[in-house]
Amino acid sequence: MDAVDRAIVNDLQGGFPISEHPYAEVATRLGLSEDELLRRIDALLENGTLTRFGPMYHAERLGGALTLAAMKIPAADFERVTQIVNAFPEVAHNYAREHEFSMWFVLATETPERIGEVIAEIERATGYRVYNLPKLEEFYVGLRFEV
Amino acid sequence: MSMPAPGVYIEELEPVLDAVDRRLIVATQEGLPRVPQPYHALAAQIGVSAAEVMARLRRMLETGVIRRIGAVPNHYALGFRANGMTVWNVPDGRVREFGQKIGALDFVSHCYHRPRHLPDWPYNLFAMVHGRDRAEVEAKVARIAELLGEADRGHAVLYSTRILKKTGLRIG
Repeated sequence: MDAVDRAIVNDLQGGFPISEHPYAEVATRLGLSEDELLRRIDALLENGTLTRFGPMYHAERLGGALTLAAMKIPAADFERVTQIVNAFPEVAHNYAREHEFSMWFVLATETPERIGEVIAEIERATGYRVYNLPKLEEFYVGLRFEV
Repeated sequence: MSMPAPGVYIEELEPVLDAVDRRLIVATQEGLPRVPQPYHALAAQIGVSAAEVMARLRRMLETGVIRRIGAVPNHYALGFRANGMTVWNVPDGRVREFGQKIGALDFVSHCYHRPRHLPDWPYNLFAMVHGRDRAEVEAKVARIAELLGEADRGHAVLYSTRILKKTGLRIG
């Protein structure tokens, strides 16, 4: 990743324009051609520097629901449980963490009722308790990495 | 009953998504097309005008259905290899006070009040702290502990060791 890529990553985390030629607008402020910006965004997505580029939807406002859930999975059983949990399409993200609570995943469902159903299904399929940790209040969401 | 302040009629702000919005959301699930006129490309795909696509995206941004249009970096790839989910046990009556203070710190990316599950899980305040290494995260954790003072009744830092799954939001 060179200085131009870094400038692109920093810029694209802000608001991308809604206009006739949005890439040309961003390219101009970064001192690039539209073509080079497009090529570099493709490369950043392809090499995994960016996981996504586009509108970020707010699940709860789509009528859906989100929650964070955690499980205490012993190391010896971790791979089996990972496969079961990841197979649920409602599991959006899943992280291994260094703690007795070793598996942490985000559930995104189309209805609030579905959260409880999926949790029960995961408990049945894995044999482990799922701790439901929905957000009760959000103080700040500004995930932004300056590089 | 006191009069609500102007602009806080929550019901009126509830976004109503119609079939065209839904088609637009589905069409952008994998992201924005990387072509010079991405909104025109989406318009052709879902069968409405580009002006309508842009108007609908603007409306969804205003109503908060879309948080923002932009890039999501992979923080591992960017060199932020130490990702600590810090969890704190603070008195319930002071969660909001401390949540706002911790959320305002420039090194905290997310801060949430979440329920405890006693006795297994005593923590009620979560703050994501990212650093290039664990020493950087630990220094930031110490700053949060200092800010909390004796309201810190226990905390833990849960480092992520592996991304097991990461997908966009699936809707349709």
